[in-house]
Amino acid sequence: MDLNLTQEYVNFRAEVAAFLQAHKDAAPHQNDRSVRSEKRLAWQKILLAHGYAARTHPKQYGGFGAEPDALKARIIAEEFSRAKLPGGISGQGINMLVPTLLELGTDEQKEKYIKPTLAGEMVWCQGYSEPGAGSDLAAVKTSAVVDGDDWVINGQKIWTSTAQFADMMFCLVRTEPEAKKHQGISYILIDMKTPGIEVRPLMTMTGFAEFNEVFFTDVRVPVHSMVGKRGEGWMVANATLTHERGMLGDPDAALSRLNAIADIMKQEHVDGRSLMDNQVYRDRLVQLQGETYAMKMNGMRLTTLSTQKKSSGMAGLLVKLQGCELNHQMAELAIDVMGEYGMLYEDSPFVRDRGMWQTHYMFDLGLIIGGGSAQIQKNIISERGLGMPREPKPAQAGAKTN
Amino acid sequence: MHFGLNEDQTMLQDSVGRYLEGASELALVRGFVDGDPTLAADLQTGLMELGVPFVLMPAEQGGLGMGVLEAALIQEALGRNVSPSPFTAAYGMAVMALRTCGDSEWLGRVASGEVVLGVGATEAIGAREGAGLTLSGDKVSGRASFVMGGEAATHFLLTTGDQLLIVERASAGVQEVALTTIDKTRHAMNLDLEGATAHLVAGNNHGEAQSKMIDTGRVLLAADTLGAASRMLEKAVDYSKDREQFNRPIASFQAVKHMCAEMAAKLEPCRSLVWYAAYAQDHVPEEAGLTSRLAKAHLSEVGKFVARTATEVHGGMGFTDLLGLHYWFKRIGANRQWLGGPQAVREEAAKLQGWVA
Repeated sequence: MDLNLTQEYVNFRAEVAAFLQAHKDAAPHQNDRSVRSEKRLAWQKILLAHGYAARTHPKQYGGFGAEPDALKARIIAEEFSRAKLPGGISGQGINMLVPTLLELGTDEQKEKYIKPTLAGEMVWCQGYSEPGAGSDLAAVKTSAVVDGDDWVINGQKIWTSTAQFADMMFCLVRTEPEAKKHQGISYILIDMKTPGIEVRPLMTMTGFAEFNEVFFTDVRVPVHSMVGKRGEGWMVANATLTHERGMLGDPDAALSRLNAIADIMKQEHVDGRSLMDNQVYRDRLVQLQGETYAMKMNGMRLTTLSTQKKSSGMAGLLVKLQGCELNHQMAELAIDVMGEYGMLYEDSPFVRDRGMWQTHYMFDLGLIIGGGSAQIQKNIISERGLGMPREPKPAQAGAKTN
Repeated sequence: MHFGLNEDQTMLQDSVGRYLEGASELALVRGFVDGDPTLAADLQTGLMELGVPFVLMPAEQGGLGMGVLEAALIQEALGRNVSPSPFTAAYGMAVMALRTCGDSEWLGRVASGEVVLGVGATEAIGAREGAGLTLSGDKVSGRASFVMGGEAATHFLLTTGDQLLIVERASAGVQEVALTTIDKTRHAMNLDLEGATAHLVAGNNHGEAQSKMIDTGRVLLAADTLGAASRMLEKAVDYSKDREQFNRPIASFQAVKHMCAEMAAKLEPCRSLVWYAAYAQDHVPEEAGLTSRLAKAHLSEVGKFVARTATEVHGGMGFTDLLGLHYWFKRIGANRQWLGGPQAVREEAAKLQGWVA
């Protein structure tokens, strides 16, 4: 245990801070989530040139070509967060498709897609979930049938974030209906401008459409649009899911959220007393602070395990489950302490933080469900982490037993 | 930067763990609880042979000169094996206090084995009516409650106001009132003093020493709970793989798997929190007070959840004396109360951050 940085990393931190100081005027606002705005694309270009985006991707495809270094990645995240400046463009194209193409794509696919994706010019969406294939993702039914030089696709995807902006989709389709469930799936790249694709926004409980439904009616894509071989899509998709689990985000984000609640509690007054004066609220705040510290330290342990190229084990498996739950509880506390003000929303008079805490509270519930629901996470933790057996499959699905 | 244990720390953890696994097996713990003092004495000898009790003792006094992190690893192993040992008080809290005060005379007496210190710190945290000591000249009177480490103590390290003093157990005016707690693997007592002779600890930074002593004690209690709860989780998983109902191991039922997954998911980050809080005591002074309180309070909550859930996974057997699971349950329960329950400790943490006057 030694939390001091060696000189190399102290220098690196200074280097990142100096870069941010020099270029901060070029940065879009921290909360600017716009896709392909000029300012964002220009910022991405600067970040790519200095190795603060696509740091470890090969130079040949527009990356910076640095050796993976979890500690440097963490320092970059910390310094950007400290400077309140947005980092590089993220999203499913950069985080999931690019690593998959690097591992399993053809040379032609790598040439064509990786560079514009890293530059933020080509936006992707992920076509995995379907109405009948959520936790049981391998049950996808959207079909692709060969006709001449094309695959012809029919079916429906759901929970497709950014589909309304996306140029391309990486998609799981069933190409071998006769094969076993996991062996009949292929991984295919689809141009979203292809005729027959309809994108419908999916309004959620937050009042925003964070997701979409995507419908395919006789959509024709060229046969060479497949990544990996026919029927190997499940394996290809799992390669990307590994990358998704590798996305840990800003280790201090939860601590910032906690401090924001502490600020609210200091600033807001009822009967002339600050909310922080209320011992019940205060106790809940410190309780969440303990959990937040535990998760932050768990994150630091993961960084070290990653630099040592060691398996993260249980410490890694729990991050999604515990992290989402912690964020949700924080939003709950922020709402509770505000009393009636806590239910104000949208552009209501007197609304605090533009109703952000209610948005968090509802959207975080979506995060608890999405990307592997809490129940699936618990299956993974108990099976892979604790070595407990899988639930036996009923001899015949749906069969009644006495 | 390296967040984790180094090679020496892993070796220490392994050697103490291996030793206690055999030396402190459940049958022996039961014997101790039933009044046979052999185990406690054997463990004291065995741990001495490993050299670990003097983990915090400065090297000048012949100790290992290590930090609270190493002490926490030893305490975690003691908790894992519900071992009777005065380690928390005698070699954690007391040595930290004497080390902070620079009292080489008493450190020397502890290092030679001539003196084993029990610790009374409860009134420095909050005094019940009728409790608390007053010093007049070199005579001390009053009550010190919930004194720790009475298993082996020859002397007691006690607090009056912001002073630290030592009273010999066998001296005149010292009356012991043994307390019965749920946790029979450790000793608890009140001391009623009437004009007992007190030796003031050296140095003039007793207030600081008291804080560091209590911070260290809380980190060690958190570590003890970490060890005990980890063992309870392992026992629950093992039991569920073994126990069959409806012709299959109960470990294959999602209801049971999810209980175990929840325990693991809450408990694993606690390991990092305890490591950091322990490390902070020696290396991050500005976070020492906060992290010791957060660790104590958070481990109290997670420990309680694991103790309860692991017992439930064991079904009716968890409730019986046959498996002895209740020794861990009660150890965790007592750790929650010693040196302040979680709400009290969290309120201190809030004060420390200026969140309340």
